[in-house]
Amino acid sequence: MNLLLTRNLSKVALAALVALLAGCQGGVLDPKGQIGVMEKELIITATILMLLVVIPVIFMTLYFAWKYREGRGEAYEPKWSHSTKIETVVWVIPIIIIAILGVITYKSTHALNPYKPIESEEEPVTVEVVSLNWKWLFIYPDLGIATVNELAFPANVPVNFKITSAGTMNSFFIPQLGSMIYSMAGMETKLHLIADEPGSFRGLSANYSGHGFTGMQFEAIATPTREDFQEWVEGVKASGEALTTERYEELAPPSQYQLDNPTKSHPVEYFATVKDGLYFDIIWEYMGDMGRIDFYGKPEYGAQLPEGVTLPQREPASTTHEAEEASH
Amino acid sequence: MNLLGKLSWDSIPHDPIVLTTLAFVAVGGAALFVFMTLAKKWGWLWREWLTSVDHKRLGIMYIILAFVMLIRGFADAIMMRTQLALSTNGGEGYLPPHHYDQIFTAHGVIMIIFMAMPFMIGLMNIILPLQIGARDVAFPFLNNLSFWLAVAGALLVNISLGLGEFAMTGWVAYPPLSGLEFSPGVGVDYYIWALQISGIGTTLTGVNFLVTVLKMRAPGMKLMDMPIFTWTCTWANVLIVASFPILTAALAMLTLDRYLDFHFFTNDLGGNSMMYINLFWAWGHPEVYILVLPAFGIFSEIVSTFTGKRLFGYKSMVYASGAISILGFIVWLHHFFTMGSSANVNAFFGIMTMIIAIPTGVKLFNWLFTMYKGRVRLEVPMLWTLGFMVLFSIGGMTGVLLAVPGADYVLHNSLFLIAHFHNTIIAGAVFGYLAGFTFWFPKAMGFHLDPKYGKISFWCWSIGFLLAFMPLYVLGFLGMTRRLNSTDNPDWNIWLYIAAVGAFVIAIGIASQLIQLFVGFKNKDKNLDKTGDPWNGHTLEWSLASPPQFYNFAKLPKVEDLDAFTDMKEKGTAYQRHESYEPIHMPSNTNAGPIMGLLSTALGFALVWHIWWLAGASFIGLIVAFICRAYASNTDYYVQPDEVARIENEHLDNVAKG
Repeated sequence: MNLLLTRNLSKVALAALVALLAGCQGGVLDPKGQIGVMEKELIITATILMLLVVIPVIFMTLYFAWKYREGRGEAYEPKWSHSTKIETVVWVIPIIIIAILGVITYKSTHALNPYKPIESEEEPVTVEVVSLNWKWLFIYPDLGIATVNELAFPANVPVNFKITSAGTMNSFFIPQLGSMIYSMAGMETKLHLIADEPGSFRGLSANYSGHGFTGMQFEAIATPTREDFQEWVEGVKASGEALTTERYEELAPPSQYQLDNPTKSHPVEYFATVKDGLYFDIIWEYMGDMGRIDFYGKPEYGAQLPEGVTLPQREPASTTHEAEEASH
Repeated sequence: MNLLGKLSWDSIPHDPIVLTTLAFVAVGGAALFVFMTLAKKWGWLWREWLTSVDHKRLGIMYIILAFVMLIRGFADAIMMRTQLALSTNGGEGYLPPHHYDQIFTAHGVIMIIFMAMPFMIGLMNIILPLQIGARDVAFPFLNNLSFWLAVAGALLVNISLGLGEFAMTGWVAYPPLSGLEFSPGVGVDYYIWALQISGIGTTLTGVNFLVTVLKMRAPGMKLMDMPIFTWTCTWANVLIVASFPILTAALAMLTLDRYLDFHFFTNDLGGNSMMYINLFWAWGHPEVYILVLPAFGIFSEIVSTFTGKRLFGYKSMVYASGAISILGFIVWLHHFFTMGSSANVNAFFGIMTMIIAIPTGVKLFNWLFTMYKGRVRLEVPMLWTLGFMVLFSIGGMTGVLLAVPGADYVLHNSLFLIAHFHNTIIAGAVFGYLAGFTFWFPKAMGFHLDPKYGKISFWCWSIGFLLAFMPLYVLGFLGMTRRLNSTDNPDWNIWLYIAAVGAFVIAIGIASQLIQLFVGFKNKDKNLDKTGDPWNGHTLEWSLASPPQFYNFAKLPKVEDLDAFTDMKEKGTAYQRHESYEPIHMPSNTNAGPIMGLLSTALGFALVWHIWWLAGASFIGLIVAFICRAYASNTDYYVQPDEVARIENEHLDNVAKG
């Protein structure tokens, strides 16, 4: 009878768990990209491993409290307080579990390193991400376009994100694609993601950044093909707007729309052209008075950039490494 | 020169919620004032309590402070949960960001610094000296000063409600957001001075209790004979002394940034906010162990008392606590795996964090095996302990999950994280304090709390906790991040509603805590603790009267075993009548503590509002008050043997009757 009850209960519990997981649509347990899939598997593996200890502990707590409660006349040994055997077991079991988890952690941390490019035969798309107060600016350096609060890329093509901030610290996060990373002013962080299927995903900031933080949301669109992506690019170009330095300075501070609607996102904006090297200007803005720090591997530029000179857009492999180190 | 600095009529918030709160506080304050005046209690309050250097009275005052701030911090929590339940589907709710952002910042600061810390320090104050057979702490005046510095910090936080604003940065106050460029108002300054002043008090407490434990143990009590609660508090004090100076330094640098145009953490001119984030968590992570280790000690005492057994694996427990303390210092980076550190760095800090699960797991097993072959009495303190063991296991598991960098990359800063740390701080630390509160209440006050409402409180807290925080685990998986003001994802709604219901169930739990006090007090005569040993305790505090004699021990006890009092009861050496007593050397009460606390409040307030004359005057006042105290000669007195004999005999007569 008891056994039957337990069996039924476990069936109900399992059904509830499945319902719960199935209900997790649009979240990190419903990943649509390779990185997110690996992270979901990691979460499940680690949880099962730990449940091996946690479930017996919870069960034993309730069982011992019931079995040895006053008035049941069970064995009572008030001075029994040491057993080398038990103490060895209670140290060794957690050690084994953590050792296994440690190995998994070491391997998965390297496999999921956000700085590691995703291996693919497809040519990656590069996006320079700038968190402003309070909106996201996406610059496509290879395409010469920029957008606000809308991000697009083809599915099954790796996307290389280079991330900085022009204000407070934010965290760039598309839950269904996987990892997040902080955006910080005067520094660059990197993130590599890929979408395994087309779709539209919620993107957001995962680090509180001030009054307009709730509105730091954007749409990430994975187009079915490169051609669809190209179509989207043409649409951006059709806007005719140019993101010049002056226009950027207008765009950077909190917009009137957001001051009036503090919890809403700034409307999507398209820019057909972008000033060359705008992304580096934004980082350099905070580094300008720093003396000869060759943050971008450009020792010929000294403390102050000469009038009218901006940093060229460039990227030899050796210098990315330096930027990476500096951003650590 | 403007005599009021930045302060003006505009500094008073116009928000109806704030104004209503202020009106209630004003009415309540006035009523209290009238009552105290009519009852002519002010002199008594000042002489017997506010200026007291008695560790037991200071402990009680700490716990009163903790309860007051619990109510304030919980009001913030209820407002946040109702805001999020009302602002689904893109609705605006009733709290605009300007107000909401202050609330979640204040909630975090208050619950950690001004609720949990005073509660923990209060219990330690009352019990630790009694457990080691000491007559007071090593530096009684310093102890009083520490308390008043904590009050000064709490006052500043509460003043910010009615004058100006509180920080809108989250309780961590990360720059550059907390810098002058993005937070030009006085909110962050209130935050800085409240934490700075109370933090100095906490550091002094750590020093005080470490010296007490090292120098004032009863004859015969070796370190490995110390009760387990004393041990866990000692480890917490080691952590306080080692980590609070880091907070002091980090806040001092943030102060220089904001007041004197320094650039430690600014975006420009070579500042680096990552330095603050590292320093903050180099304090912040040990801080959570400062909160939870004493709670572990409380559970250990309760399990061994309410099973009528010796604690299983005492040595393992001591070493496990030590391991947790030391490891607690090399895991801080797990608070920002997503800042772009290399895979090796993240893996190192992740694995170090998981290793903490080993000693913690050992502790859980040791509590289990203490119950094994015991006689479990399901009194209220034991219920809290069992609830803790079940719920904390879940919190520990989610903590280890967050320690895996690959998992943290998608769960960081999400509501999963919020659920995790509330799971450990509520079901770990707070359950421990509430258990300790019920357990030691008769010792401190002389009568029992009402057990019926104690049980109601336990069930409401436990069920409310599950309702309020399990949905947050789900929301974290659904991709909801923390500190959002409103939401527009229909999949989240149901979970947000359940969480709000949970908060109200916890509210009933808190109300029951207060009712059990009230009912216990009302039926005081029926549930007096006359023997001083209501639970058949193991340790020395139970050998004293309830409430304990003000000098604690008439003769210092000779300790021969781990469970010193059980040992004495078994050998028949407990409750000995002595022929004669020696005079007892006692510290006198002093008004230096409250005066310095008041001056610190004035100093902090003046610095917040840039009222420089007041800052200068209160700082000089502080120095003068300290020098006066240092040169004071009437700092001690002797209790005469006949008085000691009278008090002791009265207690022993009560024991004989009971």
